Amino acid sequence: MGHQLTMSSSPHLHGGDTTARIMRRVIIALLPACGVSIYYFGLPALLVLVWCTLGCLASEALCCYLSKRPLTLADNSAAITGLLLALNLPPSAPWWLCGFGAIIAIGIGKQVFGGLGHNPFNPALVARVVLLISFPVQMTNWTTPTPLGRGIDAVTTATPLGEMKTAIMLTGYLPTPSHDGLTNYFVGNMAGSLGEVSALALLIGGVYLLLKKVITWEIPVSYLATVVIFSGVMWLSDSQSYPDPLFHLVTGGLLLGAFFMATDMVTTPITRKGMIIFGSGCGLITVVIRLFGGYPEGVSFAILLMNAATPLIDRYSRPKVFGYDRHKVSHKEKMAGGREL
Amino acid sequence: MTYKSFTGGIPLVDSKLVDSKLATRGAAVEPCPIPDQLIIPMSQHIGVPAQPIVTVGDLVLKGQTIAQAGAFISVPIHATTSGRVIAVEPRLHSLGKDLLAVVIEADGEDRWDPDLTELKSAQWTPDTLRQRIREAGIVGMGGACFPTHVKLAPADNKPIETLLINGSECEPFLTADHRLMLEQAEKVVDGIDILRQALAVKQVIVGIEANKKDAIARMKQLVVGRDIAVKILAVKYPQGAEQVLVDALLERQVPSGGLPMDLGVVIHNVATAAAVSDAVRFGHPLIERVVTVSGPGITTAKNLLVRIGTPMQKLVDFCDGPRGEISKIIMGGVMTGQSQISLEAPVIYGTLALLLFGANDLPQQDAGPCIRCGRCVAVCPLHLLPATIADYAMLGRFDMAQAYHVMDCMECGCCTYLCPAFRPLVQTLRYAKAGILAQQGRS
Repeated sequence: MGHQLTMSSSPHLHGGDTTARIMRRVIIALLPACGVSIYYFGLPALLVLVWCTLGCLASEALCCYLSKRPLTLADNSAAITGLLLALNLPPSAPWWLCGFGAIIAIGIGKQVFGGLGHNPFNPALVARVVLLISFPVQMTNWTTPTPLGRGIDAVTTATPLGEMKTAIMLTGYLPTPSHDGLTNYFVGNMAGSLGEVSALALLIGGVYLLLKKVITWEIPVSYLATVVIFSGVMWLSDSQSYPDPLFHLVTGGLLLGAFFMATDMVTTPITRKGMIIFGSGCGLITVVIRLFGGYPEGVSFAILLMNAATPLIDRYSRPKVFGYDRHKVSHKEKMAGGREL
Repeated sequence: MTYKSFTGGIPLVDSKLVDSKLATRGAAVEPCPIPDQLIIPMSQHIGVPAQPIVTVGDLVLKGQTIAQAGAFISVPIHATTSGRVIAVEPRLHSLGKDLLAVVIEADGEDRWDPDLTELKSAQWTPDTLRQRIREAGIVGMGGACFPTHVKLAPADNKPIETLLINGSECEPFLTADHRLMLEQAEKVVDGIDILRQALAVKQVIVGIEANKKDAIARMKQLVVGRDIAVKILAVKYPQGAEQVLVDALLERQVPSGGLPMDLGVVIHNVATAAAVSDAVRFGHPLIERVVTVSGPGITTAKNLLVRIGTPMQKLVDFCDGPRGEISKIIMGGVMTGQSQISLEAPVIYGTLALLLFGANDLPQQDAGPCIRCGRCVAVCPLHLLPATIADYAMLGRFDMAQAYHVMDCMECGCCTYLCPAFRPLVQTLRYAKAGILAQQGRS
């Protein structure tokens, strides 16, 4: 055996799953939602998807070039940010809004912190919130869905959550529910951001991610359960002023957030207990903003706020280490510099 | 049916790794020919190296003591065939460095030392049995090679109530214990009986992973009427690790920094039990073991009965040589074994397997950034935070690594196996542990 033998420390075997593959699966899981948005909003939606994705890829490449680091497009994470950004924008978003959002997402949201794995906040949500505050008119210009582009040109309308907020503010009561509202909301026949419209498509993607073990159940389940319980209690207390939990579930960005953005690994806790705290916190803040806040929708803010709390959650949700008595502070812990952990 | 298990770990059911055992699980154990020269290292076990008592030119018989134990936590070492001592000098060890060894030139007659005799059951007491096992140089055959007699000598304040017999063999590729339980079941059960008497314990449980159905059936058949329980374990790595096995079989946690002995539990491997039987029934010391020779880089995968001291090259030759270009040689399992710099080093007590791999069989990538997926946390059988500890270790913050319990890590490697960023997690934790021990040594 004259050739080279590899010497390395054990383990010698790897399970085979890679960062790029995880990211690729997230992209696959987003495709149904992208498809539905194109079905309902036509060419403008497709353009938003294209502009955001290209913008993010270009921003990532530019940042790598400027910081003299190897090109990281192959890890697929920039493409996910692009798709998620697009799904967070209204179909009427102009190209420059998409491009500006992409630069914010990749540049400010991710690369200034050191790239993949180092950003504290979800990059796509950072961009969405910056755009929402900077360009409120363009960001809330909602189009009526027209399947396969049939019918008339884009008509401006309100999102279900927007309608609710306006009615509550004007009359103090919920608007009269439309006849087949929930079914339309579920399949995506309503106004909203590209990724907000179809609960069905988002669920398909979410189940795919769960089955492929890309995400675990803790965050989506605790997020959605908290929303249902909290909004359910409010609805039971006063069904004139607060919508029912089902309405909350299928409207707005809740499912997109719960399955695709609150589960962003980089910006969420690594322990199971921490994930449940994170999801519950997101649910709580979302409902508070939707029912009592100035904005009709609170998913983005909820997730970003909980992103900020992630290091703290991680610190206080450490699992009980094997072989320790839960109630006794070990000698070793005391010896570790007297640090409170 | 639910099997005994633990939280975390890598379930190997339905994965390609279960198939890794297919190559040899049906292969009966064959004796490997005795080479012309046997290189018998003085450090094969945990503890103080043995001290040679032979010199160059001495004639030795099979089973004759050639080195005496260096301390209580040490074992004597025996000639593994008859022949002449031709060197007492450092030779390449599987650890990758030269360590003192006795080299024996075989005379081809393979004659037993006639002084080795049975220990009659009338003479059996915990003390005589322990003495016999110590003289026979028996160590734990599951890979750790801890001297067996030490584990049979519990402290007075820690009475032993339970004997666990480890037949899990949870690492991919390994089938040596499986074949032993199938082919030498009587000997294994006899050894378990002897160990039970040496420890004077009542409760005995044999744990075997569910992927060895035939071995489970055979063992169950033989323990009838002996008050030995055979329990089926989930097929999951690292099921055979001591803490994990106690948790799975008894639902009790070994305290951090402690030993199973602290819970009144002692664990011995099935192969150790077989060696104990040989030592007591025939006076035969530990001179051979079953080695699985496998991996995609070997022409004919086999289970071999190998004399300690046989160079690994001999095993590869007996298995019809390597297949294709070999890029990695592992002594032991793929999860915990040692990569080898050559096939010159000899088989030792801890050689569970010899595995050969080609360049494309063990895919590796450069490490990327941690994406905080939490898989290392979910998989850690000891509920540590490997990614967090590794971050602190790389920053040189050993104090924080210690506060996050790095010293509890048993180095099973599950975290590195699953890391999608290919980060060397367990390797970094080892680095932190070594750094902390060095700091403690200084202060």
